[in-house]
Amino acid sequence: MSSKFLDGQLGFLLLVNALVVIASLFLVGPRFVGLYNLQSMAIQLSELGLLAFGVMLAMSAGRGGIDLSGVALANLSGVIAFMLTPTFATATESPLLYCWVFAGFCLLTGLAGGLLNGALVGYAGLTPIIATLGTQMLFTGIAVGLTGGSALRLGFIEPLDDFANTSVLGIPISFGLFLAIAGVLALFLKYSSYGVRLYLLGSNDNAAKFSGIKVKRMYLITYTLAGLLASVAGVIIAARTSSVKWDYGSSYVMVAILIAVMAGVKPEGGFGRVICVLMSAIALQLMSSLFNFMAISNFFRDCAWGLLLLIFLFASKVNITDFLRLRPSPATK
Amino acid sequence: MTAISDTNTKTMDISDSANVYQKLQQWLVNHPIMFPLLLIIIVCLVVGTIAPSFWQMANVFDILRASVIRGLFALGVLVVLAAGGLEVSFTSVAALVMYSVTMLVTNYMPELGFFPIMVMGAIGGTLLGVVNGLLVNTLKAPSLIVTIGTQYAFRGFLLTFIGTALFMNIPASMEQFGQITLVTLTNDAGFEVKLPAYVLVLLAAALLTWFILNHTLMGRAIYATGGNPDIAERLGFKVPQVQLFVFAYAGFLAGIAGILHVSSNRLANPFDLAGTELAVIAAVVLGGARITGGSGSVGGTMLGVILITLVSNVLILVGIPSTWQTAILGSFILIAGLFFCFTDKKQA
Repeated sequence: MSSKFLDGQLGFLLLVNALVVIASLFLVGPRFVGLYNLQSMAIQLSELGLLAFGVMLAMSAGRGGIDLSGVALANLSGVIAFMLTPTFATATESPLLYCWVFAGFCLLTGLAGGLLNGALVGYAGLTPIIATLGTQMLFTGIAVGLTGGSALRLGFIEPLDDFANTSVLGIPISFGLFLAIAGVLALFLKYSSYGVRLYLLGSNDNAAKFSGIKVKRMYLITYTLAGLLASVAGVIIAARTSSVKWDYGSSYVMVAILIAVMAGVKPEGGFGRVICVLMSAIALQLMSSLFNFMAISNFFRDCAWGLLLLIFLFASKVNITDFLRLRPSPATK
Repeated sequence: MTAISDTNTKTMDISDSANVYQKLQQWLVNHPIMFPLLLIIIVCLVVGTIAPSFWQMANVFDILRASVIRGLFALGVLVVLAAGGLEVSFTSVAALVMYSVTMLVTNYMPELGFFPIMVMGAIGGTLLGVVNGLLVNTLKAPSLIVTIGTQYAFRGFLLTFIGTALFMNIPASMEQFGQITLVTLTNDAGFEVKLPAYVLVLLAAALLTWFILNHTLMGRAIYATGGNPDIAERLGFKVPQVQLFVFAYAGFLAGIAGILHVSSNRLANPFDLAGTELAVIAAVVLGGARITGGSGSVGGTMLGVILITLVSNVLILVGIPSTWQTAILGSFILIAGLFFCFTDKKQA
């Protein structure tokens, strides 16, 4: 397994990253790779990356798997944590406690939302599209209802602000957390029996069922994990913007899917590597930042993302790994 | 045979009430259209009891008028869903078509009549729908993901290259068409309420869709493809052609909806319609169309649309703030999903 670490997809994504960086150096100059820009990119990347992991997990599980409710759940978890935390801790007297309680409520909301998705898909047998479409509206709707439609300001809470904006050894803390989660997730998917079962389930759910895998529980766990990841994104969003809002990141659903598809996650299930999703998220963030530097409008960026999604869907059919094979694979006939 | 009927009579003897319940279930399975109808009746009764001002003809007019655009979109989504796909780019198609056509006509031929403008909108929408259909055929990816891509591409194209400013000096013929009224009533509060003529466009579109789905070979092919594309292929249906047709048809309806939207609002705003996709899909799903394809009826879809419009319009009457609409729509989708999932298992 480990000899195939650098497969065609990963090589391709590294190539894309390198090309975007080189293009940016020509078009923008050295300040593109300045510490400030790298750090601000890293913070934004964490939110999107976590949501993309959720989409990756759902897609890998197969049966038309997708999680459309990610960003809605992230926003809802922020809103609920905002409402409940003051009963346990006040931001002015015990800011550190406040932050931990806030994060705890976020994760609990994510857990509950993820369990709901998982139960609907796994036990009730709803199609993932309809289940997560419904919960997307439900989560968004609850967040709108609770906030009355306006953004809620958290104000300046030092530990929370530090979490989003302070760096240790040049790495923003939130980005560090993101990398740690990515690492744990990658190891978990590769070495735990859950990971093996997940990809088997995604490749052929009938075979998985008859080989004794508890299919319903697998869906439950998978969508719950996606919900938890979304709520971590919710914490980071709240910390970065010092506020909670029901409609934050309305295009994130699409961007998270784009990241997953770019990373070679097959919408039919059975494929998906954390490292590829990470690289694909970095590539997208680099491009987004490049667009910002070149003062290209957000509208054009949406247009470009849409086209990129279509291009990469096409690329996934052509199977780039055949063209970019770095060494002859023993598996080929 | 006799054995079966024997057991039937026995169960009937044992518990009559359980049998009634089972019969009710079976009846609902056979008549999925009753699901939205029951919900509509429940919503009406609840709202009407709490706020008696609900019972007036003016409200019916309001709901019909507000259902037109959503209804046209929903018919397009229904046809795509019946063929086993999912389409979310229709609002972008409508926005791109309505803005470009209105701008073109205003700048170069402001005297053009309404009918040619409508035809232009329909052609524009159909072309964009064909793009969707070709992409779904070539990419062989889930059509939800493909149309998420085109949704952003179309809207991004509109806002980057065509324009972002709304304009109100729309062609006179469009403005006039939006004002043609079938019936005028005065409601309890003394306001005049009109039933606009463009409601008839929705009626015509619904009849056309019903005819295509139920009385043409293409309709058979659509349901067959949605049920099982492999078997449809073996039966001799050309699945790529069916896909192309359903997306082109959804685009056609979206184009018309865009033009009507401008006529009724008397302005062209490129930011309009975005974000209404989910409510439309909710309407179609509530109307009994399975997301897995092969089912769905025009009648059910229209009831689903009316239900969604009802929820968005009248909740305010019973003191539920409009901010809770989305949550209620979301739970309706989940209830519908669970209900139809349950009836599917019953049937299997």
